Amino acid sequence: MNLKKTLIAAMGAAVLAAPLVAAPVLSSTAEAAAEQFFPMIIYRTGAYAVGGIPLANGYGDYLKLLNARDGGINGVKIKFEECETQYSTKVGVECYEKLKGKGDVGPTVFNPNSTGITYAIIPKASVDKVPVHSMGYGRTAAGDGRVFPWAFTFPTSYWSQAAAFINYIGEREGGKNNLKGKKIAFIYHNSGYGKEPLPTFNKLAKKYGYDFKALAVDHPGQEQKAAWLQVRRYKPDYVFLTGWGVMNQVAIKEAAAIRFPMDHFIGNWWSGAEPDVLPAGKTAIGYIAATFNQPGAGTQAHADIVKHVYGGDAAAAKKGQIGQVLYNRGIINAIYDTEAVRTAMGKYGNKAMSGEQVRWGLENLNLTEARLGELGVKGFMGPISVSCKDHEGGGKVMFQQWSGTEWKIVKGWTDTMQDVIRPMIEEAAAAYAKENKITPRAC
Amino acid sequence: MLYRESGQYKTSYTDDQAIFPLKQDRWLMAIALVIAFVVIPLTSSEYMLEAVIIPFLIFALAAIGLNLLAGYCGQISLGTGGFMAVGGYTAYKLTTSLPDMNMIIVFLLSGVAAAFVGIMFGIPSLRIKGFYLAVATLAAQFFLQWLFNKVEWFYNYNPSGTITAPPREMFGFVVTGPHATAEARYMITLVVVAVLALVAKNLTRGHIGRSWMAIRDMDIAAEIIGIRPLHAKLSAFAISSFYCGVAGSLFVFTWLGSVETEAFNINLSFQVLFMVIIGGLGSILGSFIGAAFITAVPILLTNAPQFFGFNLPIDLQKHFEVMIFGVLIIFFVIVEPHGLARLWQITKEKLRLWPFPY
Repeated sequence: MNLKKTLIAAMGAAVLAAPLVAAPVLSSTAEAAAEQFFPMIIYRTGAYAVGGIPLANGYGDYLKLLNARDGGINGVKIKFEECETQYSTKVGVECYEKLKGKGDVGPTVFNPNSTGITYAIIPKASVDKVPVHSMGYGRTAAGDGRVFPWAFTFPTSYWSQAAAFINYIGEREGGKNNLKGKKIAFIYHNSGYGKEPLPTFNKLAKKYGYDFKALAVDHPGQEQKAAWLQVRRYKPDYVFLTGWGVMNQVAIKEAAAIRFPMDHFIGNWWSGAEPDVLPAGKTAIGYIAATFNQPGAGTQAHADIVKHVYGGDAAAAKKGQIGQVLYNRGIINAIYDTEAVRTAMGKYGNKAMSGEQVRWGLENLNLTEARLGELGVKGFMGPISVSCKDHEGGGKVMFQQWSGTEWKIVKGWTDTMQDVIRPMIEEAAAAYAKENKITPRAC
Repeated sequence: MLYRESGQYKTSYTDDQAIFPLKQDRWLMAIALVIAFVVIPLTSSEYMLEAVIIPFLIFALAAIGLNLLAGYCGQISLGTGGFMAVGGYTAYKLTTSLPDMNMIIVFLLSGVAAAFVGIMFGIPSLRIKGFYLAVATLAAQFFLQWLFNKVEWFYNYNPSGTITAPPREMFGFVVTGPHATAEARYMITLVVVAVLALVAKNLTRGHIGRSWMAIRDMDIAAEIIGIRPLHAKLSAFAISSFYCGVAGSLFVFTWLGSVETEAFNINLSFQVLFMVIIGGLGSILGSFIGAAFITAVPILLTNAPQFFGFNLPIDLQKHFEVMIFGVLIIFFVIVEPHGLARLWQITKEKLRLWPFPY
């Protein structure tokens, strides 16, 4: 009987605690000077944490570096807050709702770090006037800035990547015309993310006459025996992998188990990082993956992060995964976003930028080689210029190979057949506009 | 003192059969409705509506659906996520091919589509029971998720397979799509859920509900007193799936706005099943309480450390959240195996005697 009473009391307490649910909205404190607020939708737990942690570390460390070394962006301090999603779209939407009301002048830009979450928040963000930057993931059609003014996919997209892959293997075969009759298997995460490049592969298959087989692997990707059995039967010349999290390391181990030649096994840029190849040990040597940043920790920016963020403690920085592929990609993402804020400040003055102002900054972002040099990342990433019409920013891709100890670029900036891809993007964007009654703006 | 039936005389059968025979209960219900229809839309923040209240209502509807089947008819189902997917995808196909159709009709028709699918997958229940039936419905879950992922027609040949709720208006208000305010989406969800909950409550009090309960308690005895198992079981599957289907269409249109099939995975089925078990099998109120528990507690736990001024790393916080949530579930299941709704019942019984229990 007493237990029941305690229980009822506990329930009463739960009712009283209900305001906690609303806590994030209530607890905003006034600051002396407005700060630039970066919301971080990330995941450090769950099946995709292995990719999420270095991405978040790289992004966060670069923001910390700007605060510690430069006192923020043009003197405006940076504040950021993480929200854990476990890569779940439902939780991601909750995170978005929670973070969109925060910051002195609202959030700067959302990087959902998941294609599913990107799809869910693109429509919302255009109403809330917050830009979404899905760097090399998300809805490829968002590369058309006329239909998606608030969404950005630069520096490249999955469709461009698929085209670059065809270009790359075409070159290895001595010309794309030699791809006729070749067999390509595509192993993908059975989700919006994994399916995204399918239209490109199918379209290019018609153009170049290769044989194409798509093999889906269900979330979370630990069970792939069926797909690899089909690979064995199909005997493809090349296998392209679109995986994430634990799926990647399993795929590489499976490929090794059927003795598939590793240099004919090529991953996308989310399937080519250290945690993906290390578990497979020596058998992973020769594995190739797409990328849009240089591997390694050799730049001035990395040295500055070790110095200012980790207090010169190189071992701690290494523990924070500095220099790993995905850590570097987190840095790049932060560079794009902070430089967009700087671009916006060039127009609106050196104060905290609102979402609308940052959107202008993203759209007018022009990172030249010279500017990258000033940032201490020359050669680390490609120059880029975004425009009102083109939110994908050209979309060039590199390929890197695993040597057993480190990643090495084997093919520099590869062309992405924009003559084929761009019309596809515009067509998909027009279909979206029609379905959602959006009038494209003139650019 | 405050809550007792003494002095409330019933002079007709209609009075005697009312859903809430006690005046106090009617008052409580009226207050709850006023809060739901007036106070919440006026006072709640957008975050509160979007992240807590709308999902709570939708999950409550799905839980009612499963409760009709599992709690009232005794047929265990693990296919809830699949039936919700049927609702979500049907609503998407309907409204994209017939843009002028009223959204309420779209939601109801998607429920009807789910009901047909539910009947199909309910047929095995005529021969198998218990765990075996659970496995058969599990097949529904996996098959339907696979189907909506595989057949491009369901998502209008969109490259990523994601369905997005297009903007639709009702009475001059945008109720779905990005331009719909949280309040508008809340109101339409609330109306659908409130009406369907009332229907469910009455179903369970009428002859259909009674035939379900008879089947649940002892199917052979039920058959002997003249209840046809085929009708009872299949109607339970149909109506349960109807509720899940409507919940699924609301899930896409008034809550998330954009989903891929992964959102309807097996975890969703388990989540709804937990709601039913924690809330109380065979109780409409329990479906609401269970949904509130499962949707609100994790969010409460996520926000609690910050509220009290702890700045934990988010991964640690997430781990704590999962652990505390698990402990709470075990705690409630041990102390009240009949669900939280039973607690409310006990409270009511005690209140009748209060403050002089002897």
